[in-house]
Amino acid sequence: MKVLASSLRISLLFMALCGLGYNLAVTGMAQILFPEQADGSLVQDDDGTVIGSRLIGQLFSESEFFHGRISSIEYQADGSGSPNYAPSHPELMERVTASVEEWKMNNPEVSVRDLPIDLLTNSASGLDPDISPEAARAQIPRISRLTGMEPQQLERLVQEQTSQRTFGFLGEPAVNVLQLNIELQRLLAR
Amino acid sequence: MAGMIAIVVTLLLVLLLARPTGLYMAKAYDYNPSGLDRVYGPLEKLIYAIGGIHQENQTWKRYAATLVISNSVMILLVYLVFRTQAYLPLNPAGIANMDPSLAFNTAISFMTNTNLQHYSGESGLSYLSQMIAIVFMMFTAPATALAAVFAFMRGLAGKPLGNFFVDMTRAITRVLLPIAFVTALIFIAQGVPQTLEPAAVAQTIQGGEQTIARGPMGSFLSIKELGNNGGGFMGVNSAHPFENPNAISNLIQILLMMLLTTSLPFAYGKMVGNAKQGRVLFVSMAMLFIVLLGVSLTAENAGNPALNAMGIQHEQGSMEGKEVRFGVAQSSLYSVVTTASETGAVNAMHDTLTPIGGMITIANMMLNTAFGGVGAGFMNVLMYAIIGVFLSGLMVGRTPEFLGKKIEGKEMKLIAVTMLVSPFLILVPTAIALFSYPDTLSNPGFHGLTQAMYEFTSSAANNGSGFEGLGDNTLFWNITTGIVMFLGRYFSIVALLAVAGSLAAKKTVPETTGTFRTDTGLFAIVFLAAVLIVGALTFFPSLVLGPIAEQLTLKP
Repeated sequence: MKVLASSLRISLLFMALCGLGYNLAVTGMAQILFPEQADGSLVQDDDGTVIGSRLIGQLFSESEFFHGRISSIEYQADGSGSPNYAPSHPELMERVTASVEEWKMNNPEVSVRDLPIDLLTNSASGLDPDISPEAARAQIPRISRLTGMEPQQLERLVQEQTSQRTFGFLGEPAVNVLQLNIELQRLLAR
Repeated sequence: MAGMIAIVVTLLLVLLLARPTGLYMAKAYDYNPSGLDRVYGPLEKLIYAIGGIHQENQTWKRYAATLVISNSVMILLVYLVFRTQAYLPLNPAGIANMDPSLAFNTAISFMTNTNLQHYSGESGLSYLSQMIAIVFMMFTAPATALAAVFAFMRGLAGKPLGNFFVDMTRAITRVLLPIAFVTALIFIAQGVPQTLEPAAVAQTIQGGEQTIARGPMGSFLSIKELGNNGGGFMGVNSAHPFENPNAISNLIQILLMMLLTTSLPFAYGKMVGNAKQGRVLFVSMAMLFIVLLGVSLTAENAGNPALNAMGIQHEQGSMEGKEVRFGVAQSSLYSVVTTASETGAVNAMHDTLTPIGGMITIANMMLNTAFGGVGAGFMNVLMYAIIGVFLSGLMVGRTPEFLGKKIEGKEMKLIAVTMLVSPFLILVPTAIALFSYPDTLSNPGFHGLTQAMYEFTSSAANNGSGFEGLGDNTLFWNITTGIVMFLGRYFSIVALLAVAGSLAAKKTVPETTGTFRTDTGLFAIVFLAAVLIVGALTFFPSLVLGPIAEQLTLKP
């Protein structure tokens, strides 16, 4: 009986200490020290309207933008998820085949051999903000054709927007698709 | 190449941190007065006063009973929070109360350090529930396991087991809270949100609208990894860019998952006064870990033969269900670390791993001895060490001894039953699920079997990751995995505390030339053989039917 009473008291105490106190203390510190990150690394346009988050992928379906990875949730960031296809799932094969056909139609300049696998696969989160630098380069001929921009200029843009491995070995080189398209728009506006 | 360097550097950092952390833990749990009392004493005294706790030594029965009763009280409290969250404050998204069977499953899941999630954080929990239910248990669950393992070690060392409330409190005040607080701030600096504001709404470039879920995530993330909890704030866990924004946050998560569990062999060596035996166990587990990691990396780098055959550029390896910023190397490493440490956090979808990569994650959970979850894993390791000693004793016809105590019929009966519980909890419900609920499996063929088996393996081993294609929020899955998690957790803890109580009461026999030494390379081999023979005999047939069969079907 005594154990039960002590259990109840210590549980409520830890609920207050670890559940409320700890979380609120970290929130307070974070809002003072790192307010930008703590609010979700939001990106604003020149008028101050929030146009996305630097960390969260956004849906780009129009052909004159750089496209991100496949997302079964279409980058709806109030949730997250992927279809969880196992390598042997028949629908995986169907989806990839369809993507390859679509690629051939929209990017006749680039052979399928140069089509990187990250553009054909669903990311884990459905919100992947990045593509590989190869995946960005493979889209340059299409965007150049549709916007009239020089391929060299786009090549430079991709290079500028590529983040290398941290310390030279950690993680993978990546291009943030939202940033890339924001810069692309800026160049086009000029 | 860069991927390999990153992995080697990560593992070296793990190695570097393990021993100092272990020695610190041994000190934190030493009942003799130490300098740490001056720092933490006042807060702890206050906690004992409010809890009405007298710090007396408990018998193994009283210790085990206190552990189970206190944990049950917490399960009940958290169940009530889930069932009433709609009426409580800090619910900006207006989330409804949780269904009874899901609340039952979730409360047990987080109390047992499993963190199996049949809901998605974005739509299933209010901010208040994330804090006072989930994060609360993310502290008390590893604290419970740490208490149990240190009581177990004290028993092996022939000392009184200690007091459960004191041990649980010390885990929180001296280990979990300080480390979690500091690493939470590091995560936030890397980009993890920490806010009580509701979701942000963005006007997208293409002229649409994007609602971006966020919340108090940094404080959640650090204790999730440190305590080998593993449940995600967001549905896709650490694959979500907010829950793991870059390579540095990924590295710190891996280090946190490994920190406490790799430190325990060193704490053990210190507690029982045989540092060499602690090192032998550490090296044995590390070898097992490296082999499993090697197989996983090879499989994931090779990719999916069926997709590769389409003539695309597949140098990156298998990218379905993975994130570009991590790539194959960091995803494969994370999947092995999270299952070796029974954390259950994921930065790639395990359901989409190549069959062999997926098999490694299941094997890790079935063996539960390549480090294992904080506390509970190392208890399992010590159990296999005693089995190894027992088998060796049988071979030479001598009563086996462990740390100078005779291992006799009573202890071996308890251990044998404990060893059998885990395969029973995995294989029997898997068979029932496959027979009665095949419609909940999202993949046809051999992979479907693996999906069901993964769910119960993850529950029994208190890991918590899943093959998430499974339609698991149903009455059947909620109730059965809830029971499996509960038994997987408390049966072995109580049985092994009984072993410790029994050994502590025995007289120490002096070491002679005939004593089988348990701090040598030979013992490492005996230990690994015990793990692999028992594991292979129990689970190999089901692995052949699942992942191995699937791999054979992946033809170009």
